[in-house]
Amino acid sequence: MMPDLGKYAVAVLGSYAATVVLLAALVGLSVWQRARAKRLLAETEARQAARERGRTDG
Amino acid sequence: MSIWEYANPKKFMQTSAWALPWVVGLTVLCLGTGLVWGFFFTPDDYKQGSTVKIIYIHVPAAMMAINAWVMMLVTSLIWIVRRHHVSALAAKAAAPVGMTFTLIALITGALWGQPMWGTWWAWDPRLTSFLILFLFYLGYIALWAAVDDPDTAADLTGVLCIVGSVFALLSRYAVNFWNQGLHQGASLSMDEKENVSDVFWLPLLVCIAGFVLLFLTLVLIRTRTEIRTRRAHALMARERLA
Repeated sequence: MMPDLGKYAVAVLGSYAATVVLLAALVGLSVWQRARAKRLLAETEARQAARERGRTDG
Repeated sequence: MSIWEYANPKKFMQTSAWALPWVVGLTVLCLGTGLVWGFFFTPDDYKQGSTVKIIYIHVPAAMMAINAWVMMLVTSLIWIVRRHHVSALAAKAAAPVGMTFTLIALITGALWGQPMWGTWWAWDPRLTSFLILFLFYLGYIALWAAVDDPDTAADLTGVLCIVGSVFALLSRYAVNFWNQGLHQGASLSMDEKENVSDVFWLPLLVCIAGFVLLFLTLVLIRTRTEIRTRRAHALMARERLA
């Protein structure tokens, strides 16, 4: 299945490996930042909603 | 319906939430098909041997490195002229993606250049303009991080983006008007004699579509993150004032 890359195996596999590592890091970072922003906004909106409820009740 | 409706963060969030799963699916399909086709099912080149397989990542990454900057230029100009926050946030979101593509193009270019040219690096017009483009990406990201007020940061980075566009265009056209250096001309051309052979060209087109879709996916995800963060900070500022 694996093609015979001959004497250029290091250059070809190195290129693919570097690309996979960099893209995986970028996707991982983007997904982590997305989860963090979602959590931050949910917490902030919950605090605001609680304060507004308190103001209405009081 | 006007395109300016998407400048409304709520409308943008609704539409992008609907579009994202489709874009992600198409990205996986195109990138997976293109890379597997190119790596496993294409022959070696008669001159370059198996290193020709690097074309399926090097060329799409280099194209998107330039196109990402062009997209940032357009969205920055929209911010400067029309003051739509979503466009400034989209430019901010695209920068790390464009920077990563530039880095991939530089690394794979060096790995390809070593066996073909006998050197990892040369101060060739295209290579040098790409290195400068990478530095512009770094500067752009650093400037966003360095300025506290988001509107001022968007203004300053917008100006930096306009200046950096000279190097983005230079990266694209340097090989055409600067007849020196090691880097060959465009791999994709309307001229059949200049274009790469069909056996490489077709999987390359699929890989390019995959990289375009990957860029779109990441920019959508990251712009949504920026919009959420901006809203959270606005609410926190309101909390502090209350």
